Amino acid sequence: MGPNLPASFNRRRLLAAMGLGAAAVGSAPLLAACGGGSSGVSGDSGGSGGSGSKPTISQWYHQYGEAGTQQAVMRYAKAYPDATVKVQWTPGDYTSKLNSGLLSSSGPDVFESSVNIDQVKSNQVVDMTDVIGDLKSDYTEADLKSCTVDGKIYGVKIVDDMGVLYYRKSLLSKAGIQPPTTIDELISASQELTTSNQKGLFIGNDAGVTPSFGGGSLLGPILWTVGSDYLTADNKVGFTSNEVMQSFEKMRQLFNTKSILLGAPTDWWDPSSFTQGLAAMQWCGLWAMPGIQKALGDDFGVVAWPKFSSTVGKPSTFAGGWTSMVSAKAKDVEAAKAFTKWLWIDNTADQEDFNLSYGFHIPPRKSLAAKATKLQSGPAADALKIFNDYAIASNTAWTAKMNSAYADAATAIVRQGGDVESNLNKAAKVVDSELQRLFG
Amino acid sequence: MATSTVDAPAVPARPASSARRRRGGRISGVTGAFWLFVGPFLIGLLVFVYLPIVWSVVLSFNRAQNTVTPSAFIGLQNYIDLLKPGPFLDSLITFTIFAAFIVPVTFALSIGLALLLNRIRFARAFFRSVFFLPTACSYVVASLVWKLSIFNGVRFGLANTVLSWFGVPNVAWLATTSPPLYWIVIVSARLWLQVGFYMILFLAGLQRISPELYEAAEVDGAKRGWQTFRFVTFPQLRATSVAVLLLLLIAAYQAFDEFFNLLGNASFARPPLVYLYYTAQGDQDYGHGSAGAVILALLIMIVTLAQGRIFGFGKAAE
Repeated sequence: MGPNLPASFNRRRLLAAMGLGAAAVGSAPLLAACGGGSSGVSGDSGGSGGSGSKPTISQWYHQYGEAGTQQAVMRYAKAYPDATVKVQWTPGDYTSKLNSGLLSSSGPDVFESSVNIDQVKSNQVVDMTDVIGDLKSDYTEADLKSCTVDGKIYGVKIVDDMGVLYYRKSLLSKAGIQPPTTIDELISASQELTTSNQKGLFIGNDAGVTPSFGGGSLLGPILWTVGSDYLTADNKVGFTSNEVMQSFEKMRQLFNTKSILLGAPTDWWDPSSFTQGLAAMQWCGLWAMPGIQKALGDDFGVVAWPKFSSTVGKPSTFAGGWTSMVSAKAKDVEAAKAFTKWLWIDNTADQEDFNLSYGFHIPPRKSLAAKATKLQSGPAADALKIFNDYAIASNTAWTAKMNSAYADAATAIVRQGGDVESNLNKAAKVVDSELQRLFG
Repeated sequence: MATSTVDAPAVPARPASSARRRRGGRISGVTGAFWLFVGPFLIGLLVFVYLPIVWSVVLSFNRAQNTVTPSAFIGLQNYIDLLKPGPFLDSLITFTIFAAFIVPVTFALSIGLALLLNRIRFARAFFRSVFFLPTACSYVVASLVWKLSIFNGVRFGLANTVLSWFGVPNVAWLATTSPPLYWIVIVSARLWLQVGFYMILFLAGLQRISPELYEAAEVDGAKRGWQTFRFVTFPQLRATSVAVLLLLLIAAYQAFDEFFNLLGNASFARPPLVYLYYTAQGDQDYGHGSAGAVILALLIMIVTLAQGRIFGFGKAAE
């Protein structure tokens, strides 16, 4: 045994050293390891698999909260005659999973996201201008803007989303107040509607300023309420004006009234807090309206996010939603484009079903939106009017890194009482260097 | 072995025996078995741990926006960016403070629990299992339980229900930043998850202390309780203590799961790893993400080595 001992000791030491090394630098493989998890629910919609020469297309969605949506997209996929479409339905952190998926060859072929200049610049997505073709005029200016980089269209809008401020009519009339039209009115309404078991307003568990898990709902409205935007029309920093600073001070004032709901079991994009009486008003998406109607009947109304004051700013909402894009790493780019065209441009019946049968969205094709009877009466019609009058299109040049820096500033200001000017300037520096990187 | 070599002449015996061992079937069988058992693990370690680490290091010297294929070499620029005053340095500072707090608390609680359990005379297995069980619970599941049922901010959260009996209004635990109540949620979740594991390590250490030492101490007049603990138990636990301290420190710097799930990307309590996760996976900036990971890895290694120097980690117990 004598001669063996040092040898086995060396091996053991080698392994121990490697193990210790691995433990100590365990943080490094994080980058490679994340996103590989199997959190997605994958469903084979292509029948029993014996599809012969038909190409296979992998299509990724985030998890829509409304019941029936997942079954619907599986149904559309199955109905496509020219390829076997596998739908991946992704609960949880869809963005991260998608981002790492797009880096690998095992990612999606067709996916929903929103067009971003970095994806275009690094050739992750393909030009879809020819897919839309002559139908360009059937999309709103805002939708085209949010999909266009350097004159080329990189995606097809599949749903248009917007936010509205839902309020309980009965609670407001009991308190003798009108739906808020300015930020000051909103703050005082929120305070007056607060009781021991109900808060006045719900804008998200993050107070609307920390963008994780779909949070950060008010990062845009804080700017839009005074008529500003993240970036100016000529792509300069848009959030360092005096008006914006005043708007941030108002947001902090709202936070400090302790009249906003925080720590609710669900976040702003889910209507449960509103329907269960945890808050009298909630900033939420149009998508939630069917659920709210079912729970509250007629006892609710909607308004846009209020303008700053009677003289400054204007009402606003976001023009959000999802865009179908094709990965440059798709196994068969042409087949993926053909499927996108079939489902999201030609197949108006499925588009209408997808936009209006589960949650409420606005069909991006104008001809379809005009026909949508469900959006022509009651609060849904009010919402559609808000969308047409006040929706702010997203800017493809506003990158995730800019958003992180801006949101860090917003979080520090609103939630921690940090200095408005210095925090915004810190964020502006990051945004400036990003703009420099993108546009030189 | 010693007896078998006594009779034979020493000089020819050794080469003969070692030659037989080298060429003979038995030893190559052992070597083969070694590689058979270790090989898959080693390949896995190389492919899934070391290769990504090397890749990260390469990426950290490149501009890698929306790509993991290094293409634009920029030297140390990523490192310089991160080490300027900014969110990454802030998170490192926050977490040095966090570590300075959580490491001693976890250490003291687990050693305390281990001492109590070591003294217990009945239902030992039961109590050991009960305290160890949370270790088997996923951080994500625990975070969700903490967030949604124990510490949610509305009237039906457990903590708020209990407080309401005393007339305290609802508290938004995770969202309250002044005072920073979110630490209560984070620290309690972390302690619940971790203390059991380190307690088991201490228990194993305690059981290796020979009873004779206690008898000798008693004969020498050491009082039971503090004196015995201070002069017998604690010194005897030195090897375990050093290992536990090391693991705790690494765990503190690698904090991710509960922060990510409870607070998301909140800049006021963002561990370095959460920041790097959002940098890489969110902003798609793999260059800065990798550089941060390398800095963090180096930092952990330096602290580990320094600690090893000071406390003598890995040295045989005296």
